[in-house]
Amino acid sequence: MRSAHPLLWPLLVVALAAVGVLAIALGAVPLSPGAVIDALAGRGDANTVAIVRGLRLPRVVLAALVGAALGMSGGALQGTLRNALAEPYLLGVSGGAAVGAVLAVSFGASSAGLVPLAAFAGAGGAVMLVLLVARAVGGRADPRLLLMAGVVVGAFANAAIMVALAGAPPNTVRGALWWMMGSVSGADWGTVRWLALYVAIGGGLLLAWARDIDVLALGEDPAAGLGVDVDRAGRRVYLASALLAAATVAAAGLVGFVGLVVPHIVRGAGLRRHRAVLAGGALAGAALVVAADVVARVARPPAELPLGAVTALVGVPFFLAQLRRAAA
Amino acid sequence: MIRFDDAVLRYRGAAAPAVAGVSFEAPAGRVTAIAGPNGSGKSTLVRALLRRLPLERGRIALDGRDALAIPQREFAARVAVVTQREEPAFPLAAREYVALGRYPHGGRWRTDRAADDRAVSAAMERAAVTDLAGRRTDELSGGEWQRLRIARALAQEGGALVLDEPTTFLDVAHEMALFELMDGLARGGMAVLVVSHQLNLVARFADTVVLLHRGVVAAAGAPAEVMQGPILERVYDWPLVVTRDPAVGAPSLVPLRVRRGA
Repeated sequence: MRSAHPLLWPLLVVALAAVGVLAIALGAVPLSPGAVIDALAGRGDANTVAIVRGLRLPRVVLAALVGAALGMSGGALQGTLRNALAEPYLLGVSGGAAVGAVLAVSFGASSAGLVPLAAFAGAGGAVMLVLLVARAVGGRADPRLLLMAGVVVGAFANAAIMVALAGAPPNTVRGALWWMMGSVSGADWGTVRWLALYVAIGGGLLLAWARDIDVLALGEDPAAGLGVDVDRAGRRVYLASALLAAATVAAAGLVGFVGLVVPHIVRGAGLRRHRAVLAGGALAGAALVVAADVVARVARPPAELPLGAVTALVGVPFFLAQLRRAAA
Repeated sequence: MIRFDDAVLRYRGAAAPAVAGVSFEAPAGRVTAIAGPNGSGKSTLVRALLRRLPLERGRIALDGRDALAIPQREFAARVAVVTQREEPAFPLAAREYVALGRYPHGGRWRTDRAADDRAVSAAMERAAVTDLAGRRTDELSGGEWQRLRIARALAQEGGALVLDEPTTFLDVAHEMALFELMDGLARGGMAVLVVSHQLNLVARFADTVVLLHRGVVAAAGAPAEVMQGPILERVYDWPLVVTRDPAVGAPSLVPLRVRRGA
């Protein structure tokens, strides 16, 4: 069986750095890569330094954090729930977050700070609801029940959003829709800082539990035989993954497909142990979302495309290529 | 040694317990077989060992200590279980799969790589799967996969091995090879506890047979004591005769057609 290429890790880091520099260089005032690196170091023209450090860098870092969080979250959930289609958005996180955001918007919350907060609360509520539903039905955190409960809660949330938006004024609908399509255009260092905190905590926990996930991926009984408390381990991986996803939703809206496709990309590159899948997923997810944000900005200037639409457009060919290789 | 004392186990919401007071022991250096019809409670006993089902009454002991009071990881380092079904969600290389057997011995971040490597190599050699090392787990034959799973269990380096129906779906040669492997492990000092439908194989390889019927022990002892026509006929509720295997002289069960003379 093919193992990961020895240059995979350096390649991932270089790819992330390269798209990062490219993302900072492109914009209303195009910069050369050399100028970008100078400005990052604080050298050169003061205006350029201000643009790069104050405007473009936080946006790139936010996109990278969103991608890293979703890549890790998806990788952990696919292993734990033993399902190649599992991803944070399938488990009610996105639906709950969207309900929170839409409610906030329709109650007239226009301040940029309130919508993310409401989204985070909605995502958290949905996650709790999923756990409660799964527990009420099965008495324990069975992965299939979690998955089904997530789908049900997500469907319910979508219905609730449609009901809420049906009678809303056009402006509210437009605002809610735009938010649901995802964007990092509102990035500032404050948002970056708190998302970084969540990514560090959630990602750190998942990396610490990576060996549990390796074993959980064998199935519940074999995992129990290897010494894992299956219910407890599964539940906490689910909670940490949901926390990561909820934080990204609060920071950047719904950026779909990343959590699904990134783990498949890194596994296709030969990573199989979950510590490697999670770390590789963080790097690949970060690079993918930064690249998608570049496309979102430059495709139709001065307008921006929704980030979530671009991640899907970029992700689908990757995913198809991966499927083709898996089938071959 | 694994010992069940008056174990009572019940599935959630079930009126009757699946196991209603079973006692037996699986000592080191012996193959102990649990046999019995479908639904007699064999796999339920394994589920209790895996802590997937709580004991309603009774006790499971490991070397004299309350087995369920031993932390689960420590227990896994002493007793390896090969469950009935297992399929990795994502394919692994065979050697990587066997290395998962080292889970109970490692910390979250630190593991003794040299010791793990040695244990994995030794386990693969013992189970005769060394040549499969680089193969994908989803491309192995049924026999290869079962042997690989036993290698993973051996990599746990415990003193006891529990197998739940390890020869389902295997042909005659692979069945025999697997029982020979279990026999060899027991001769090497392990406590081997095997749940099996293959009474005729069990009769040849097991030191002790525990025959379950509707959640209780119908008979237990050496194969010749348990494999008796009247006992088996009552337990399986089917006409049968027990003969002597012409080649090796072990008791051998021959179920009869219902029509007379067939």
